[in-house]
Amino acid sequence: MNWLISFPIGLTGVIGLMLAAKAQDPAMYGHGLVFFVAAVAAIFCVISRNLLAKKISAEDGYNDEIVRAGLIASTFWGIVGFSAGLFIALQLAFPDLNFDTSVTNFGRLRPLHTSAVIFAFGGNVLIMTSFHVVQRTCRARLAGNWSPWFVFWGYQLFIVLAASGYVLGVTQSKEYAEPEWYVDIWLTIVWVVYLVVFMATLAKRKEPHIYVANWFYLAFIVTVALLHLVNNAAVPVSFAGTKSYTLFAGVQDALTQWWYGHNAVGFFLTAGFLGIMYYFIPKQAERPIYSYRLSIVHFWSLIFLYIWAGPHHLLYTALPDWAQTLGMTFSVMLWMPSWGGMINGLMTLSGAWDKLRTDPILRIMVLSLAFYGMSTFEGPLMAIKAVNALSHYTDWTVGHVHSGALGWVGMVSFGAIYFLAPRVFGQAQLYSLRLVSLHFWMATFGIVFYAAAMWVSGILQGLMWRAYDQLGFLEYSFAETVEAMHPFYVIRALGGVLFLGGALVMAYNVYRTSRGDVRIEQPYTAVPQPAVA
Amino acid sequence: MFDHGKIERNSVLMLIGILIVVSIGGLIEIAPLFYLESSIEKVKGVRPYTPLELAGRNIYVREGCYNCHSQMIRPFRDEVERYGHYSLAAESMYDHPFQWGSKRTGPDLARVGGKYSDEWHRTHLIRPRSLVPESVMPGYPFLAKTALPYGDIDGHLSANRAVGVPYSDEMIANAKADLEAQLDPDSDGVDALVKRYPGAKARNFDLKVGPPSELDALIAYLQVLGTMVDFSAYKAEENLR
Repeated sequence: MNWLISFPIGLTGVIGLMLAAKAQDPAMYGHGLVFFVAAVAAIFCVISRNLLAKKISAEDGYNDEIVRAGLIASTFWGIVGFSAGLFIALQLAFPDLNFDTSVTNFGRLRPLHTSAVIFAFGGNVLIMTSFHVVQRTCRARLAGNWSPWFVFWGYQLFIVLAASGYVLGVTQSKEYAEPEWYVDIWLTIVWVVYLVVFMATLAKRKEPHIYVANWFYLAFIVTVALLHLVNNAAVPVSFAGTKSYTLFAGVQDALTQWWYGHNAVGFFLTAGFLGIMYYFIPKQAERPIYSYRLSIVHFWSLIFLYIWAGPHHLLYTALPDWAQTLGMTFSVMLWMPSWGGMINGLMTLSGAWDKLRTDPILRIMVLSLAFYGMSTFEGPLMAIKAVNALSHYTDWTVGHVHSGALGWVGMVSFGAIYFLAPRVFGQAQLYSLRLVSLHFWMATFGIVFYAAAMWVSGILQGLMWRAYDQLGFLEYSFAETVEAMHPFYVIRALGGVLFLGGALVMAYNVYRTSRGDVRIEQPYTAVPQPAVA
Repeated sequence: MFDHGKIERNSVLMLIGILIVVSIGGLIEIAPLFYLESSIEKVKGVRPYTPLELAGRNIYVREGCYNCHSQMIRPFRDEVERYGHYSLAAESMYDHPFQWGSKRTGPDLARVGGKYSDEWHRTHLIRPRSLVPESVMPGYPFLAKTALPYGDIDGHLSANRAVGVPYSDEMIANAKADLEAQLDPDSDGVDALVKRYPGAKARNFDLKVGPPSELDALIAYLQVLGTMVDFSAYKAEENLR
């Protein structure tokens, strides 16, 4: 057995046991044991694989096993994350669903939802697709035998630690950076190995040029590492306790947090998923990417401008004005590279638009670009101070995030999953294209319900807060504006039901595909079928 | 002419290029906040949290209150009338982490301190809809039943000092006593507490006899929010940034 592999695993187990033994709080006790159990399971896997499996050599072709694991994990976490979202949406409409216990209240479950969809679903989709794309576009097998699996399982461990922590009240309460210091350290280790695997695979490539999708993946991996390290800098109270205090305070912490927060959107949810767009849309449309030159301009301008946009989350706050103005200006400029990328994706379909009639997978991908274009127009609009004065603190922000997250990130991920499912399971085709179409319509209607409800409720509440009566008094109490939100919260939850339902249809489709089943259904044809007399 | 092909053929070059391009914005925007003195206004009255208030703040953080409540009043007529003077950066200079929030499902809490009685908070935290029928806030009855773990409160103060909060050796040494004194207005320790933390209010915040509860700490924190700055001595025009 290789000591380079077994020593770090053993060390993890020992540290886990030590954390559990010295634990200052029950959560750390549990998490120490989780580390230990994970290490034992890893050692067991290493031994059994070494004994049973044949030696993997460079001639073995692509590593599709890891992509298959990623596909299953993505589908699973997607459903967990969407369900959590639906549940907390229902809590806002019907507050009795909080059950008034510590582990079921909205404050603890909302980070569970956001982390499950962004990091568990989105993260697994990114790791899975990047591992698929980098192999195909480099014509080289993924570097390393164990390290890709360490990335995969290490990342799942991160998710489990983060999610169970939230429910137990272990959180930094920094939005989208909730995991505490020891979980952050674990993610850092996993992420560095991820970067090494990716770079090592690029180094093995048999193509002279690195394909554009990999530029985006690389920018995503590197920048997320940078953001994660700076924003999560903290001093723990005790080395066996969960609680820590962030290094920065007040206004500096606020800007660092939103530099992180907005670029989690920019690099995790945008750059990474643009990598998906640059590979999967040309593949599915069977057309080369529209413009190589536009790709270059798109890439560098997007990553340069995104970093500046963070302060638009802090307009009219105690952040100095010069920083607010910079943030607003760059956010408006960001519209251009965003639409440049959308145009590059959409125009790839030139000469293949007819395929939208016969290929529901391509339809899902094109819809994701439409939502990408819409939310990257809405974003700069909301970053204008005068608009933000109304929209900030309201549901409009929530609606904006979801038109991007459900519409762009969700849909392009579904497209990639449908593309990959038959390939990773070694089947000739997907179980059913008609079910893909059903998923398309359920998800689309779900997003429309969601976004429309949040636009109305957000603008309504923003206007109610600032309404004055004829005598110059505030017209509405805060409680009255809360009451006015109720119908929209119900409609939003309905949208969530549809979106989750669509994902369940996808899971069923993937499951039947994995078994090699093919549904007997009317095929999609370019010419309408004559009606049966 | 510049040949992009060179970067495309060299993964290390591309990695370095990405790092340079993404560093520029962050450095120019964030770094000055740490050395420009104007980043934080000059005010009188802001002090580190008392041990009890800090413990309460940790419960606020633990329960994720920032998901629905902001602590940042913007300088608009309606917000100032609804919540009070707009928030200053100085008011959160000892907040690790900041809790400005991004969403108001519930109202802003930056100046909730002193607005309601302890009894109102107690009832509201246990059953929000008994006082505000329209509320969608979860109830937190368990806070009243849970004893506040504060054996390591001095460690919490030390950790805060390590990240820059000016807790003195004396404050750290007396952290436990100060926490207990703040809940017992008749005790001898109150004078020393107020000397160390000017303006600190000592009361039995959860109105129940017995060991300090989590509800005690949380109410103590809520009642101090936004009350520290002496606005009669604050000169807004000197702090325009």
